[in-house]
Amino acid sequence: MAETLEIKELDQVVVRFSGDSGDGMQLAGNIFSTVSATVGNSISTFPDYPADIRAPQGSLTGVSGFQVHIGAGQVFTPGDLCDVLVAMNAAALKTQYRYAKPNATIIIDTDSFGPKDLEKAAFKTDDPLKEMGIDPDRVIACPLTTMVKDCLADSGMDQKGILKCRNMFALGLVCWLFSRDTEIAFNFLREKFAKKPGLADANIKVIQAGYDYGHNTHSSAANVYRIETKNKVPGRYMDITGNKATAYGFIAAAEKAGLKLYLGSYPITPATDVLHELSKHKSLGVTTVQCEDEIAGCASAVGASFAGALAVTSTSGPGICLKSEAMNLAVIMELPLVVLDVQRGGPATGLPTKSEQTDLLQVLFGRNGESPMPVMAALSPTDCFDAAYDASKMALEHMTPVVLLTDAFVANGSGAFKLPKLDEYPAIEPPYVPEELRGTWTPYMRAENGTRYWAVPGREGFAHILGGLEKDDKTGAISTNPENHDLMTRKRAQKIANIEVPDLEVLGDRDDAELLIVGFGGTYGHLRAAMEEMRSQGKKVALAHFRYINPLPKNTAEVLKKYPRVVVAEQNMGQLAAWLRMKVDGFVPYQYNEVKGQPFVVSTLVSNFEQIINK
Amino acid sequence: MAQYTFQDFKKGQPRWCPGCGDHFFLNSLHKAMAEIGIAPHETAVISGIGCSSRLPHYMATYGMNTIHGRAAAIATGCKVANPRLTVWQVSGDGDGLAIGGNHFIHANRRNIDLNMILLNNRIYGLTKGQYSPTSPRGFVSKSSPYGTVEDPFRPAELCFGARGHFFARAVATDAQGTIDILKAAQQHKGASVCEILQNCVIFNNGTHDSVYSKEGRAKNAIYVRHGQPLVFGENKEYGLVQEGFGLKVVEIGKDGVTIDDILVHDAHCEDNTLQLKLALMGDGDGFPIALGVIRDVEAPTYNDAVEAQIEEVKAKKAYHTFAELLETNDIWEVK
Repeated sequence: MAETLEIKELDQVVVRFSGDSGDGMQLAGNIFSTVSATVGNSISTFPDYPADIRAPQGSLTGVSGFQVHIGAGQVFTPGDLCDVLVAMNAAALKTQYRYAKPNATIIIDTDSFGPKDLEKAAFKTDDPLKEMGIDPDRVIACPLTTMVKDCLADSGMDQKGILKCRNMFALGLVCWLFSRDTEIAFNFLREKFAKKPGLADANIKVIQAGYDYGHNTHSSAANVYRIETKNKVPGRYMDITGNKATAYGFIAAAEKAGLKLYLGSYPITPATDVLHELSKHKSLGVTTVQCEDEIAGCASAVGASFAGALAVTSTSGPGICLKSEAMNLAVIMELPLVVLDVQRGGPATGLPTKSEQTDLLQVLFGRNGESPMPVMAALSPTDCFDAAYDASKMALEHMTPVVLLTDAFVANGSGAFKLPKLDEYPAIEPPYVPEELRGTWTPYMRAENGTRYWAVPGREGFAHILGGLEKDDKTGAISTNPENHDLMTRKRAQKIANIEVPDLEVLGDRDDAELLIVGFGGTYGHLRAAMEEMRSQGKKVALAHFRYINPLPKNTAEVLKKYPRVVVAEQNMGQLAAWLRMKVDGFVPYQYNEVKGQPFVVSTLVSNFEQIINK
Repeated sequence: MAQYTFQDFKKGQPRWCPGCGDHFFLNSLHKAMAEIGIAPHETAVISGIGCSSRLPHYMATYGMNTIHGRAAAIATGCKVANPRLTVWQVSGDGDGLAIGGNHFIHANRRNIDLNMILLNNRIYGLTKGQYSPTSPRGFVSKSSPYGTVEDPFRPAELCFGARGHFFARAVATDAQGTIDILKAAQQHKGASVCEILQNCVIFNNGTHDSVYSKEGRAKNAIYVRHGQPLVFGENKEYGLVQEGFGLKVVEIGKDGVTIDDILVHDAHCEDNTLQLKLALMGDGDGFPIALGVIRDVEAPTYNDAVEAQIEEVKAKKAYHTFAELLETNDIWEVK
């Protein structure tokens, strides 16, 4: 009875949908997060999918997950452990239970827990709950498949189509559990399947069935929950993944700069969605070339840049190895180029679908010769938009390749994105050769800040030759003169050092922190959440998180030396720490390093940081 | 159209060895560009690395002397991003077919509108004399002191295998022959491969001896022209006929053979079988080396198709600015 059911008000909740990669868990999770965001909750999502395209059905390696964190106030991460775990089959329960809190509610489809399913999931007994030590009172065990079949028996759909709707039943059940308005989900599906209204109706019917099932049998759940909304920032929002936001940032920058956007790329997980996204938008004049290899992806972008486009190449770690030579060509030719590296687990093919921050030193140093290159790192899925915009602006205005680092976690995760207004973004003004230099201009003449001027082919009177060989500072002709090479090397370095980047911001107890946490890029949410958690326990903690890595913010040394203890926490073996130690005299931080391919766990961070404070 | 002379395309003092075939080619390129009449500032010349890749430095056009092997890929981006530019891509046999082989075949397959020059001297010159992917089997060089144990690429075969639509050949010392194929390459929309037989006086002297002199060409080469019978010899006394699956050399006037029996060259034929046979002749097989435009078939170019698709989608889709793109998403409002 609904009257006896306890309705708990929660600040935040984490839901994890899991099942076979073909079970549509990503879609169910997406709809749930959109439904929550629409009522003003803040959201953060993280898809966790296997490297195999389609592992055997019901197998342990084929399990795909999608975690959603929704909060009344701000949420910074997709959450460590979940409050509700949906396990569509035995293998999902087996592999995903480790992500559930001890008191989490577990939803299982009993129809997928037959003897064969249990065998595939390597259960030893016929009682998986007991085997895993799960309290049956916390489990909503429902014959989900049977109910979906019954629900759609008259729909005229075939068996395969009917089974594809199982995810919607789970979604309906979760919507009931969190008192969500299913009408929002219905609208989402009506739009998604606008061309197949029959399919939309079937999905809606199944959601309703799942919701009703929850309502009618709620005695099996201890609570239902409500997440109210606090600190709403009014505005219009959409859900966006990091990769999509990155693509949008490039589109916005090209439009602002009045340039054609050119992407030279080669498919590689987890960066491919940027290629997919940009390939869709030909109506904006976006040109994408899927090249024969990573080398050509970058090389063709260098050619496009020479021709006057905003040139971008996108890849992940193994691709960066191959792009290094053409990146270096852009360094010596001083042409604008944005190199997007969506970092994944390495070395070599490594962990293609998993997340790491292990390419930092490679993008800083992994080229022959003295090859200075700006490096930026996006902080979150939604920050990818601004980061891509800022990287493009930097490349175009300073005539240099710029590396933008994201990672699999940021790229695939999503958040509520307040629609940006392009007229509020700073202008992008490349240093085109001033007309008054006609007749006296040579290719390596520089503006006051050390930037080479840009003369785009087609412009009469400025024909010139660039190249990979060292050039004379004055004439632009090939030169092996020792003094000239030394001079050009310094000028290239100075040009990058002159780029102005915003000061490093310190969050939290900036005046009296006992511990300063330092990180970069995609770990921002987890480090910030860890800091907030420690402060709520009365600890004095601050966070300085790097978005600009080369050149470093001017106040870097000042910030790093201000606090009695500093810990550099990163998903590699200490690459940012090494870079900071190189750049800041006498800086000896504590380090926290994890290379697991998974996002940080806030509670683990907190306990490790506490140990450092107590030292 | 503005009138240009070869001087308008010329710049600097070439640094190639005296007698190098690249000098001859460069002069012909300047002349061809003047005759083509496209302005230097609307022309980009893009090379890789190697002796011949120094060429852009001697051009008064826009250009880049880039990195080893990547010229075709860089030229691809340049042309696709700015289709108004006339783009020439210059490589040697090492740059174009060894380290850059992948880009060579894919530029041909995609049919990017590039004029692709392959200066073939069958040797690595800049690194001082190693065998190249066009050196014949058994070739003795610094890196093959006992002879190579591998077969060479035949550039036409690679081009055709990659579904190339234009292939022409000239000898560097033959100015008119070179100018003719360069102009034809520019005329052709799509990837146009021009193989230039070029001598390296230092490391592979004499590699194209049989056709390097005018007299040699009269004896050992056949100039192929679309629509003309395939005849050759000092007095055009020989011709080519088809026999079985192959070609055969015949003497006109002998054994009842008349000019009407001679095969007429068809460069525009979509099927490249006979064109390939022509292109592969002359490897000490009793056939003459074919010079001129061997294949020249119209086909949609990649860059035109990219532009057309953009226009097509622009007409179809309702969003044309970033602000309009945002509105295509599922949006909710927080009040």
